[in-house]
Amino acid sequence: MTAQDTADAVPELPATLWRDPEPKRGYDVVIVGGGGHGLATAYYLARNHGITDVAVVDKGWLAGGNMARNTTIIRSNYLLDASAGIYEHAMKLWEGLADDLDCPILFSQRGVLNLAHSPQDVREGVRRVNANRLNGIDAEWLDPRQALEICPILNISPDVRYPVLGATYQPRAGIARHDYVAWGFARAADRLGVDLIQDCEVTGIEVDSGRVTGVSTTRGLLTARKVALCAAGHSSVLAEMAGLRLPVQSHPLQALVSELLEPVHPTVVMSNAVHVYVSQAHKGELVMGAGIDQYNSYAQRGGLHVIQRQLAAALELFPIFARAHVLRTWGGIVDVTPDASAILGLTPIDGLYLNCGWGTGGFKATPGAGWCYADTIANGVPHPLAAPLTLERFATGALVDEHGAAAVAH
Amino acid sequence: MLIECPWCGPRDETEFHYGGQAHVSYPDDPSVLTDEQWARYLFYRDNPQGRFAERWCHGSACRRWFNAVRDTRTHQIVATYRTGESAPVT
Amino acid sequence: MDNEFRLANAGRIDRDRPIPFVFDGTEYLGYAGDTLASALLANGVHQVSRGVHSCRPRGILASGVTEPCALVQVEEPFDEPTLAATTVEVCAGLRARGLSGKGALTSRPDPARYDTMYAHADVLVVGGGPTGLLAALTAARAGARVMLLDDQSELGGDLLAETAPLEGRPPIAWVSGVCAELAGCQDVTVLPRTTAFGYYDDNYVVACERRTDHLGTAAPERTSRQRMWCIRARAVVLATGAHERSVAFSDNDRPGVMLAAAARTYLHRYGVLPGRRVVVFTTNDGAYQAAIDLAGAGVPVTALADARPEVPDDLAKACAAADIEVLAGHVVAGTRGDARISGACLAELRDGRLQGHREVDCDTVLVSGGWNPAVHLFSQAGGGLRYDSQLAAFVPARARQRVFVGGAARGAVTLADCLADGARIGAQASRTVGLSADAAPMPAVLQRTPTPSTALWLVPDPSGDYRRHYVDLARDATVADIVRATDAGLRSVEHVKRYTTVGTGHEQGKTSGVLATGVVATILGVDPAELGTTTFRPPYTPVTFAALAGTDRGALHDPVRVTALHDWHVAAGAMFENVGQWKRPWYYPRPGEDMAAAVWRECVAARRSVAMMDASTLGKIDVQGRDAAEFLDRVYTTMMSTLRVGRIRYGLMCRADGMVFDDGTVIRLADNHFLLTTTTGNAAAVLDWLEEWLQTEWPHLRVYLTSVTEHWSTVALVGPRSRTVLRRLAGDLALDNASFPFMAWRDATLAGTTARVCRISFSGELAFEINVPWRHAQRIWTELCDAGADLGITPYGTETMHVLRAEKGYPIIGQDTDGTVTPQDLGLDWAVSKKKRDFIGKRSFSRPDTARGDRKHLVGLLPVDPDLLLPEGCQLVADAELPAPPVPMLGHVTSSYRSPALGRTFALALVEAGRHRVGRRIHAVVDDRPVPVIVTDPVFYDKEGARRDG
Repeated sequence: MTAQDTADAVPELPATLWRDPEPKRGYDVVIVGGGGHGLATAYYLARNHGITDVAVVDKGWLAGGNMARNTTIIRSNYLLDASAGIYEHAMKLWEGLADDLDCPILFSQRGVLNLAHSPQDVREGVRRVNANRLNGIDAEWLDPRQALEICPILNISPDVRYPVLGATYQPRAGIARHDYVAWGFARAADRLGVDLIQDCEVTGIEVDSGRVTGVSTTRGLLTARKVALCAAGHSSVLAEMAGLRLPVQSHPLQALVSELLEPVHPTVVMSNAVHVYVSQAHKGELVMGAGIDQYNSYAQRGGLHVIQRQLAAALELFPIFARAHVLRTWGGIVDVTPDASAILGLTPIDGLYLNCGWGTGGFKATPGAGWCYADTIANGVPHPLAAPLTLERFATGALVDEHGAAAVAH
Repeated sequence: MLIECPWCGPRDETEFHYGGQAHVSYPDDPSVLTDEQWARYLFYRDNPQGRFAERWCHGSACRRWFNAVRDTRTHQIVATYRTGESAPVT
Repeated sequence: MDNEFRLANAGRIDRDRPIPFVFDGTEYLGYAGDTLASALLANGVHQVSRGVHSCRPRGILASGVTEPCALVQVEEPFDEPTLAATTVEVCAGLRARGLSGKGALTSRPDPARYDTMYAHADVLVVGGGPTGLLAALTAARAGARVMLLDDQSELGGDLLAETAPLEGRPPIAWVSGVCAELAGCQDVTVLPRTTAFGYYDDNYVVACERRTDHLGTAAPERTSRQRMWCIRARAVVLATGAHERSVAFSDNDRPGVMLAAAARTYLHRYGVLPGRRVVVFTTNDGAYQAAIDLAGAGVPVTALADARPEVPDDLAKACAAADIEVLAGHVVAGTRGDARISGACLAELRDGRLQGHREVDCDTVLVSGGWNPAVHLFSQAGGGLRYDSQLAAFVPARARQRVFVGGAARGAVTLADCLADGARIGAQASRTVGLSADAAPMPAVLQRTPTPSTALWLVPDPSGDYRRHYVDLARDATVADIVRATDAGLRSVEHVKRYTTVGTGHEQGKTSGVLATGVVATILGVDPAELGTTTFRPPYTPVTFAALAGTDRGALHDPVRVTALHDWHVAAGAMFENVGQWKRPWYYPRPGEDMAAAVWRECVAARRSVAMMDASTLGKIDVQGRDAAEFLDRVYTTMMSTLRVGRIRYGLMCRADGMVFDDGTVIRLADNHFLLTTTTGNAAAVLDWLEEWLQTEWPHLRVYLTSVTEHWSTVALVGPRSRTVLRRLAGDLALDNASFPFMAWRDATLAGTTARVCRISFSGELAFEINVPWRHAQRIWTELCDAGADLGITPYGTETMHVLRAEKGYPIIGQDTDGTVTPQDLGLDWAVSKKKRDFIGKRSFSRPDTARGDRKHLVGLLPVDPDLLLPEGCQLVADAELPAPPVPMLGHVTSSYRSPALGRTFALALVEAGRHRVGRRIHAVVDDRPVPVIVTDPVFYDKEGARRDG
């Protein structure tokens, strides 16, 4: 075997990623939060709308929050029209993203199985598959044997505590390398003239007569015609600087990774009933996510019992994992709304825009959210796909209750 | 986390379930509220980075609800106190 | 020749217990006490694996958990991937092979057992080296409940490889003395082979004990293989030592390059020579003793290159006495050789440049680039780190939890300092838990003041070629890779880690993480302090999935709840359905029947004669107190305070957002005494919900809630002949409609058993729900079976229950609803009080979206083809032709059955403006094809309700 033969070799990353500019004194648009969504928003502002006088400011290193911590699952098989619309838009963008960004992102459309463990799960799964198909999203209902054909290490024995009774399958779903996605957006935005400013913490949002005028930061005041918040778990803290209260709570979400293993797991498996989602990354490590910790937290870590519970459930589904090893666990901060759907749109303050509340679904939405957010910022009205995701829905009751409707998160 | 139940003493967090922000009272008369005000009660809760007065229930033992002030940056619990009492610290 | 690199007398292996083992297909001999690495080295095997990308030969760099490249797959006694040869104990039946980065999982089921222990300690000491031993001893003498964890097979830490006398004796004698005293203390638990890997909030430390692997095929079957220790400690002492690191120089990855301290460990602990001719390369005092000891063992040390311009006098003299040439201001610039080093290139480092290259022959290069305190657990605990330029390392700074760090883990260099730390922090920890403690007396030890090390991370290459200056051997990442990352614009060590994958290997950068920081600092010309480290995360060392899963597997994965009649159901051949944790009979197939046939038969029995069902899993909550009625008025949409004693009322609960949460019946037992039933799956949630409101919103209400689900067994007796059957058991209880009307309850004695009989019907038929104490369930069930035998009484399961209730249009909360359905959507306005000023959810009904008239309503559907069974979950559309996606959807089918009573299929569905569409044709999409269905009222059977009275 030679180095050239190893399929898992790190792909050649771009030799130049981004400049490290000093912040200017003012911009057309300042995006607060240099995660995947912020970077994608900057890129699409420049690419789709020709708005390049843009700064993305981040308090730490680019894409160092949830973008660096997620389990990289990409799918669009959501039940409700509003969710399906924006996630499927994202999916279509994912499918051309490496070319668009001219950067490897290791997008692998290996499919995702969402397992059902009870007759109720089965009903919900079938309902979602049927809705997906009518929404133009690829989806199939599989019986346990068909699921086994997709994932040969799945335990479909009827004798386990919660047997697999079937699964939904989205063939176009998959995984991508999260860091490369962020860097691809960052590099492309940088090349179009966007300033990416790291180690620049926002300490205040400047508002004058109901209109935003800029942000104060640890690197000075940046004036802006428009300010776009894009800070996931820290959204509440930022919004409060502008006197806005959000229907968002921040929780830890943990994940873990194993050592590199010979390929055993060819797809992505999610089991909401027992809180497991797992894939095998292209290098060979098993990447698994857990359920969220129950309490509010900004600590980027959670309790071990959540991991223990998750691994117990994982071994019920995949006995073959028994002697794999956990190399690393970590936590991110997810911003959860009452209906488990995002908030994307305008705020009561002129020129201040809001994108948050993606909960556990932020990564897979990255290009779609960036696209719609950029459009909303550029035009000052919500993009049609984002229209159901406004703040007003909490007052009218028109929630996009994906969680309540299908109990499928992540 | 180790949480000091005001009734039982310090116990592991797995014995408890969480109830979000404390001291949010059900409105006296919901019918007089605007939709916006009602939405505030239903869906809007504080989410501070720092000390947070929040509700816990010792579900695996005494089943009592109580309140805690906890720092969301460190998970350090500054105080716990019974429902109906005001926070001993802020 | 076997064990040709093994010294005759040195080491702590048991020469009376030779153990054959197989590596890469060849049999070798090791001894009890060997690791796979020490046994391979003893047999002259240096190359263990190959680089994951480069495929270059890789040997053994380290001696413990920091090993980056000597990875093996254990194949026998049982497959386990990706273990460092330095951590695998040689055991009976061991077979392993070298791994090039990737392990393999086997489909053989793991036969081992795993378990979990929960423990409390006053003082938990992590690390059984000199610091930890003295800390544990001090705390034990103070009377503390002590736990001492150490990851090695025996305690002593670096003292196992130390020769300098302690209290005038070999150090191991002192270790034995301390261990003996600890063993004699009550309340002291010493756990070897136990690695603390996680440090969580409030001094919760988690460790993995390896209990049987070292026994190999001789491991007892019933003993758990690995045990998780979850320890809550009042104070924690971290004496976790330090990890030696390498320096990035050209070809520093070849087999034969070894950390200096590891060489000393192999020499003294295992009696193994790492090679025959040695060159030493150091940036600090530490490596000198390795050189001197090896020389003392008869191994020529060709040269000792010390990167510091000045060499400590005492060490220089000692080297001279051992005939070791010391080269101050020198480095190893490179190595040569193929599968093993055959020589090294020495050069002088002056002003950042190399000069005076000199080739020497050797088969081993010992390297010490300095020591990284093992701050992993401290950092996990929220402790801060600072860069110590004297040590060129990150050391613990501010602690956030009650934790004390000492010895090499805080940057102590000498044994004397480590011992002093142990005694001091052992006493401190004891005092913080309220014990008066004196530091245990320090054993007499040689004192020496160390000279500062130099921060040399990377040996410059005159040609500028850094493609073979390895930083992370586990990930095959080089200085050139890091240069590429910084050239790309990356400055953060986190970015560099992600760009190069440095530090993501199985040992998570124990030898490479800080080195990478140093290399980046060198390239960017900044201080390492500015860059910091990447985040330390649990676990400290890899932990098997199975150990973390513990005993929560198989039958113990989640509790199984069964009713008092479960054995009867099993004997009757029932198929079961999981409903929450409960096992409920789903249907009772007779020989030759499939589900459809069984359900059909059960339905017919219930509609035409009599049938019975075990309804014991319904949640039951006893509500008592002065304000019970007032409380129920607030939590149910229905008015409950007007319910008369002796009567029963249907009740619906909403969340505050107005969405239906649960339903059930409320029976009034006395003025201040009610019994509620809930759905099976929601019983606990409803009780929690009620308690929450009661305790946090209305503590002034005098109401007491008790779950009585498992106090009462419930049998539903259903069908036109149910009264006949009941009469046979009921003695003088009047069962006629006038005496015992619908929605009433009566206490009775049935077949000698006290029972509460409720006239409730979830089927539309005449029906009785018979509640008896749990322990009497078997008796009443079999009495009913016997009493109804001549009428063909038929047990039925949940599926038949669902058909019967659907024919009546009764929704199942959770099946015909999701979290987005209001009572009005279900057509249950009659169960929503108009009189009550408020109840939970009421205000939400008037929100604009909730008040819409075209929301989705629960309606009935009749497929135009009466044999077509619509799949539950299929979507509904308006037209017979599907437009291009996205297709507007009207709703979905929530329940769908074949009805014996209707002689056809039917369904319930949530349909947009459904009540306005009754009588109209819409389409269900089945297998992507729209099929016509007629929207109907949801009540299909006995609309006038005549049958409930029999």
